[in-house]
Amino acid sequence: MAFRPCLGLLLFAAGGTILLGSCRRETRRLQENPLAGARAEGIRVGQLQPGPKVSVPDTGTPYEANAYAISEGQRLYNWFNCVGCHAHGGGAIGPPLMDDVWIYGSEPANIFASIVEGRPNGMPAFRGKIADYQVWQIVAYVRSLAGLEPTSATPARDDHLQPKRKKSP
Amino acid sequence: MSFGLHSAVDPSGPQAARIAQLWWLMFWVSAGVFVAVTAFLFVALFRSAVSRQRTAGRAEAQRRTGAVVGGASIVTALIIVGLLLVDVSTTRALATAPAAAPLRIEVVGHQWWWEVHYPDETPSQAVTTANEIHIPVGRPVALELTSRDVIHSFWVPSLQGKRDLIPGHVNTAWLQADVPGLFHGQCAEFCGAQHAHMAFLIVAEPERSFSAWLADQRRPATAPASADETQGQAVFLSLPCALCHTVRGTSAWGQNGPDLTHLASRRQLAAGTLPNTHGDLAECLMDPHRVKPGVKMPPTPVESGLQALLAYLESLR
Repeated sequence: MAFRPCLGLLLFAAGGTILLGSCRRETRRLQENPLAGARAEGIRVGQLQPGPKVSVPDTGTPYEANAYAISEGQRLYNWFNCVGCHAHGGGAIGPPLMDDVWIYGSEPANIFASIVEGRPNGMPAFRGKIADYQVWQIVAYVRSLAGLEPTSATPARDDHLQPKRKKSP
Repeated sequence: MSFGLHSAVDPSGPQAARIAQLWWLMFWVSAGVFVAVTAFLFVALFRSAVSRQRTAGRAEAQRRTGAVVGGASIVTALIIVGLLLVDVSTTRALATAPAAAPLRIEVVGHQWWWEVHYPDETPSQAVTTANEIHIPVGRPVALELTSRDVIHSFWVPSLQGKRDLIPGHVNTAWLQADVPGLFHGQCAEFCGAQHAHMAFLIVAEPERSFSAWLADQRRPATAPASADETQGQAVFLSLPCALCHTVRGTSAWGQNGPDLTHLASRRQLAAGTLPNTHGDLAECLMDPHRVKPGVKMPPTPVESGLQALLAYLESLR
């Protein structure tokens, strides 16, 4: 008789332990180093190049598939008035960010360079005005607008526009 | 008896006095009920076994038990309804607009600080400050409360009850201070990592010094006087600071962080987290995430410009 509740308790504990494993999703850093993240200096925009092929080092974002960083990026996107020109991804006087057209490249380092260096015809250079780790957070959010971030990290329900989801990258 | 700056049983205004009355009424009624229930419990416990056996099963004893239980139920219901009536009348009194013309103050909650506006018919005369609300003694204040991000709650226990700040909605609350002094306020709705460090001060002062303070806050920022301060201003404007903070009279007019036009006139830093001193200000600039982990302000690599920047910020009286 006494064995039954004991077994139930054991099963409950085992199930709970397995469920606990799913809690850990990503690192949420509350203390950031202002200089964190390698600067994407001299990132190439085009595919063409003269001479022999040079392998480009892979410069990923420190916040790839990081849900907290994407939501922080969304807040900063509003704070620093990206909305003013790009709206919530649909574009206005600035180009849309949720379509497949990337004038200056869709890699994280390309977007980082666009924000930090500025681009012709109106994109201001934010170098020195936004901390590097915050730029990377905005990069992660901008990529999520176009569906380039995994759906597991992007918010299920966005208050604004949402592109058609591509097949999970 | 003094309970410090933050006490609901030490009221300093008519609204808080009503709440304190209600609290003491509930306290004494509950205390009376507790004593009565305990007394009956002891009677039941220590009644002698003999008297229990003598009365057991008698019709007369059963009737008496029924009367006692029925009577106690009726008294309980009456007490609860009575307390409800007093509660409703207190809540109505707190929500009623005072007769005298109130001072209007708008408060906007942010993660994790308070934006404070003193609106004026002339837009240039409106005042914006943060985390420190000055009010004149003896004059009702109409607070218009809203939030920019999540739900916060405005609570100054010595002056008024809690009132939520809800994004996209304006809530109203009245308060009045009957005595001059400092009152401590605190966010009373969990709003994120630094909810505990989201405090503010209410400074109640006589009408004359309040007017002087308001006139002072209307001025644009003091122009840098020394070479150090001039350099500090240049550092401030070249760093990310200006994207979030406003210093009226300069080209910094970011709206995401507290207005710094009269930073040095405030008593506390980082929404009541630290006193406004030289060292604490330096810590807030260099490593805000150590002071308030998770805070929205990024750490800024100031390096050599720090002392000049501090001199400039401390000149903003």
